[in-house]
Amino acid sequence: MSENLISVNNVSVNFDYQENFISKKQKIHAVNNINIKIKKGSFFGLVGESGSGKTTLGRAILGANKISSGNVIFHDDEKDYDLTNINKQDLKEYRKKAQLIFQDPYAALSPRMTVRDIIAEPLEVMRITNSRQETDDRVRDIASKCRLNLEHLRRFPHAFSGGQRQRISIARALVSNPKFIVADESVAALDVSIQADILNLLKQLQNELDLTYLFISHDLSVVAHVCDIVAVMYLGHIVEMAPSRKLFKNPKHSYTKALLSSIPSIDPENKSKAIELKGEIPSALNPPSGCVFRTRCPNPCDNCRNGKTKMGLIEVEPEHWVDQCCANCS
Amino acid sequence: MSHLLEVKNLDVKFDTDEGRITAVENISLSVDQGEVLGIVGESGSGKSVTAKSIMQLNPGNTSYNEDAEIILDNENVLKFTSKQDLKKIRGGKVSMIFQEPMASFAPAIKIGVQMVEQLLIHKNINKDEAKSISINMLKRVGIADAEKRFNQYAFELSGGMRQRAMIAMALSTMPKLLLADEPTTALDVTIQAQVINLIKDIIKEYQMGVIFITHDLGVIAQVADHVAVMYLGSVVEKGPVNEILKNPKHPYTKGLLEALPDINNLDEPLKPIPGNIPSPLDRPTGCVFRTRCPNPCENCRDGNTEMGLIEVEPGHWVDQCCINCG
Repeated sequence: MSENLISVNNVSVNFDYQENFISKKQKIHAVNNINIKIKKGSFFGLVGESGSGKTTLGRAILGANKISSGNVIFHDDEKDYDLTNINKQDLKEYRKKAQLIFQDPYAALSPRMTVRDIIAEPLEVMRITNSRQETDDRVRDIASKCRLNLEHLRRFPHAFSGGQRQRISIARALVSNPKFIVADESVAALDVSIQADILNLLKQLQNELDLTYLFISHDLSVVAHVCDIVAVMYLGHIVEMAPSRKLFKNPKHSYTKALLSSIPSIDPENKSKAIELKGEIPSALNPPSGCVFRTRCPNPCDNCRNGKTKMGLIEVEPEHWVDQCCANCS
Repeated sequence: MSHLLEVKNLDVKFDTDEGRITAVENISLSVDQGEVLGIVGESGSGKSVTAKSIMQLNPGNTSYNEDAEIILDNENVLKFTSKQDLKKIRGGKVSMIFQEPMASFAPAIKIGVQMVEQLLIHKNINKDEAKSISINMLKRVGIADAEKRFNQYAFELSGGMRQRAMIAMALSTMPKLLLADEPTTALDVTIQAQVINLIKDIIKEYQMGVIFITHDLGVIAQVADHVAVMYLGSVVEKGPVNEILKNPKHPYTKGLLEALPDINNLDEPLKPIPGNIPSPLDRPTGCVFRTRCPNPCENCRDGNTEMGLIEVEPGHWVDQCCINCG
């Protein structure tokens, strides 16, 4: 038994793209050559701007997106699941063990189902429980763990606020007793006062139910607070990866530095010293050659500017991985 | 000196099938020229409704109270009824930037055509002049190839660029007051930093008054001069930005600040504000915050107190209930 729950090896995800039916078929390189290992019981954070491929990677790990090359392996107690060539039976098993929590608690819940039915649906679809009584017990058990009022189970989602709805989605994700949860921007749509509550709940459930999370977010201060390990993505590549304290105290990659400095400070006297990045994230249809960050890098070296460098993570300090281009450049 | 905008005792109520909802109650605010007033609060606290009242953009089932006044440039906006009068404020004296720039541009009309159209309505100029003003404005907000972008549609622009175009369009009529409703919420942090700097530069250059609505206290700290904190339709605390963020008096403001994850202090546990924001349909009597207040006094718990701001330090106003309570 290995201590990793998920190994992602050289994974790339491409999408076919055709602007109209006569134009040439192109490939969108959404995720490029990613290697990560998610340890059992860890809270793995994935940050980056929109369009950086965070969600695609998360979905690829869940088997919801086709993986173009490389493989993802889920190490269960008795058995390894290789997601690139998995048969239908195993995929069904895997779905019970890996679940997703969505971003928008308003869109994720069917308005025509009661809360009880919403939470019970995974059990029924996956045929985990055999009797209605058993289903009800499981639903009530997980609902109380997620701090939902049991009297609310008969109501419909419209009666609930954003924070309560998000707790319903969490209960639904956890009811099949999964080991691995992908939380895709799960607190982005919530107000700050509620956001802290949901984050604390996720942490608490992790201890109680022995969960491993992949936490996808664009909010660095949230990630800094809850995650053990953080990977920073830019245009389909991981540019830096380290335990969160190391990463936030001592960022090495110029993109991470710029991201950290762009967080508006709560102190009005501390007017921003943001390292302003020029322009915007380039299109994944036509990514820059060499280092993908070079078009926005504040201080690229000559080699890098001409697109002659190669990307790839190197370990600069124990467990602190940085893209080699940036490590050599500045 | 009289203020550029003064809102006095404003109540906004909506008539719905489930009854009359109080969205905003007894709000008084003022904005001077060249000043940024930040309004913070959770969703449902009435921030946007307040801003929309200034432009009279609330839907038809809205009712305002008799003694409310919204004085813009010495005229009471609430008394305007004719289309002619309303046109003067909507886009003329007041412009608004919205949260979702994709939804604010018409998708099937070129950006340039939309910019020219609104200039022709508000300014006494011809098409060519309007075009050159628009292109100059697009250049001013940092859009490269402004001539090319002028002839494109909104979907051809990226999120940050769309927001810039929106700002250019809002500013091209030279409004006296700019209402920015969550203008950076949909943007990534690096783009947010660019847009905040742009808005700050432009305010300085054109000396306009700005109401900046957001739920992000970090953004408020960076742009605003004054802050009003709203909760369930009421202003619970207002004052200069430094004072409010460093020396908050109201438990709600304190709660908001504590709930914010601080990147410089990772050991501090996150402290949520307990409970949920009540539905506006059953708005608590007395102090609206009492259902979530960490230490309400007995009078307050029973809903016997009255809300109203009192000045605790020069310029720093706090709801009286909380001062007497805790």
